[in-house]
Amino acid sequence: MELKPLHIVNAQLVDAETPRAGSLLVIDGRIAALDPTETPEGTQIVDAKGQWLAPGIIDLGVFATDKPAFHFGGITRAALMPDAGPLDDPGLVERAAKGGKPDLWVHPLAAATKGLAGRELAEIGLMKSAGARAIATGRTRIADSGVMRRVLAYAAALGLVTMIHAEDEGLTAGAVATDGEMATRLGLASAPAIAEAMAIARDLALVEETGAPVHFRQVTTARGLDLIRAAKAKGLPVLCGITPAHLFLSDTAIGDFRTFARLSPPLRSEDDRQACLAAVADGTIDVLSSGHDPRGPEDKRLPFAEALPGMAGAETLLALGLNLVRDGHVSPGRLFDMLAATPACLLGLDAGRLAVGKDADLILIDDGTPWQVDAKKMAAYAGNTPFDGMPVQGRATAMWKGGMRVR
Amino acid sequence: MTSATTRPASDYPPGGDAFRHRHLIGIAQLTPWEISYVLDAAEQWVELNRSGAAKHDDRLAGLTIINAFFENSTRTLLSFEIAGKRLGADVVNMHAAQSSVKKGETLIDTAMTLNAMRADAMVIRHASSGAVQLIADKVDCPVLNAGDGRHEHPTQALLDALTIRRRLGRVEGLTIAICGDVLHSRVARSNILALTLLGNEVRIVAPPTLTPPAVDRMHVTTFTDMDEGLKDADVVMMLRLQNERMDGAYLPSAREYHALYGLTPKRLEKAKPDAIVMHPGPMNRGVEIDSNVADHPTRSTITEQVEMGVAVRMACLDILTRRKRGVPGWN
Repeated sequence: MELKPLHIVNAQLVDAETPRAGSLLVIDGRIAALDPTETPEGTQIVDAKGQWLAPGIIDLGVFATDKPAFHFGGITRAALMPDAGPLDDPGLVERAAKGGKPDLWVHPLAAATKGLAGRELAEIGLMKSAGARAIATGRTRIADSGVMRRVLAYAAALGLVTMIHAEDEGLTAGAVATDGEMATRLGLASAPAIAEAMAIARDLALVEETGAPVHFRQVTTARGLDLIRAAKAKGLPVLCGITPAHLFLSDTAIGDFRTFARLSPPLRSEDDRQACLAAVADGTIDVLSSGHDPRGPEDKRLPFAEALPGMAGAETLLALGLNLVRDGHVSPGRLFDMLAATPACLLGLDAGRLAVGKDADLILIDDGTPWQVDAKKMAAYAGNTPFDGMPVQGRATAMWKGGMRVR
Repeated sequence: MTSATTRPASDYPPGGDAFRHRHLIGIAQLTPWEISYVLDAAEQWVELNRSGAAKHDDRLAGLTIINAFFENSTRTLLSFEIAGKRLGADVVNMHAAQSSVKKGETLIDTAMTLNAMRADAMVIRHASSGAVQLIADKVDCPVLNAGDGRHEHPTQALLDALTIRRRLGRVEGLTIAICGDVLHSRVARSNILALTLLGNEVRIVAPPTLTPPAVDRMHVTTFTDMDEGLKDADVVMMLRLQNERMDGAYLPSAREYHALYGLTPKRLEKAKPDAIVMHPGPMNRGVEIDSNVADHPTRSTITEQVEMGVAVRMACLDILTRRKRGVPGWN
């Protein structure tokens, strides 16, 4: 299908700290010019009516390819965690990579070890050839330090970032919540929050030794963030991320045994939540992702400890990200660094920014429209959101993938 | 004794306002006067239960009560069964630990099945914290929590409060030491809530490995040294120690536990001279409690607790079914 050139006019371009009035020209699926003075004949014109024009969200670390939810949320690319499958074989990786095309690109994250069992190296090189752009340890960390060290060195030599889940399994065994008043009152097995910092400390030592680049998918505690901050100051190749849940909810959200708030890592204390917000503001946290993990009633309509962790996050990611802007924690430009530019960089994608030559993955955002999160009316194939009932503002109103209108 | 330990009925709001709950899920939902109301109501059942051969009051005649126990139990199940039968209800027991739950049916599906059988009240025990609440949210009848995981065991706390009140004449302003495996104990959680709510000083005495995190936020003081924790206590409440805790993960051995945390006659001397000794049962004699303490004729309340258990459960079943039975003022 021949794509006509596209000129989006009357937009607020999100290509710097604050959105600025401008227009953007797309030719052959790529951004051809910002504020062009002339456009080719036959160019289709779209009036943005003053809405924000931003890069499509690149959701780093989702657990399901859930196109309706991604499209609702303005997500044009998703990096798929290797847990389903697991993605430890080049054939599976190739198939997963084709999963969403053309209107959603899925970037599979290769399993670091065979079967994600944490014992033997997976065929990381072959999976890279099959389309994997990074590797991941999955929902848990690699317990064996020797295996982890070899994984890091091996992936680094192939130019791949290792995405890590950081929780010490000895401390978290059997736990479904963070130590604290809430877990104690509810009678839930809990683990100390330092389980995260302990895991991060080990892996940072390995990073320092191997020089391998890593991304801690979720860092959710003050002590964990302190370690990341110090590692960055030292110049180690370390990135870290978070989901909106740990920025806007503390462990009080598990009161009444709400299984939609059962997450991994678990929701933390209010002090840790405040530390996470501060780390977003000071740049310690690099990536904001949805952790999208839709789970039906068979996994969630259970007693809390028997329910599986995870939340459907894709649809609320943008609106909750805009909350960070409204609350003054980040600028719009920095929000889209966290949502698109940094994930693109980590995955080695030529996308994620409004710049000439980048893939025209674009979204229009009405940043003011209020709406209410409703678990019963979600586009995702399950509505397990811990934000059920929360009033939010802002949503994607139009979306292009590689210059092609998706919605 | 009855008159000294109960309040006049005029102390309470009329009718259903005296106990505004559809279910009894936990002590956490109750106010101090609602606890008193249940305890006062239980007094009449203590009298009835002691009144010789005919222990029947048929106010629940025609009602069906299902005791659904998803976790093994002997004494609590028996206590609820007797309570229901003495009030004239048709009581059915379901031992779900060996039923369709094992075949993969979800808890909610089981609950809906029981609901469809038109029970007038359900008494539920489950090994998972929050499971009873989950069922209560789905069924049409009152639900009584007979223990959910480590969360709550409200009728145990009520019967303990009643026992204390009858023995010591009051259940406020006392110093009460709860000793043992607090971490895994729903009995401890419900008792902490009830006894602090009623205005007592509650202490937790437990090894650090069995002390819940941040438990001081529940308005208790914690002790790891038992002698210190028992000092001048009015009530020493022992908890059962599950055998599987003694395998090295939480505690080195039973004999070490006994040496450090067993209630011996010598250790009991630290408490007030007339302090009472409680245990929810079943006991591990020689581990958390010595036999000559457990069997002490004046200080041990262990069998009395069992007796109060039936009375308190009769009171709870009566109160929670009043709406259904159309008792005036309860709608």
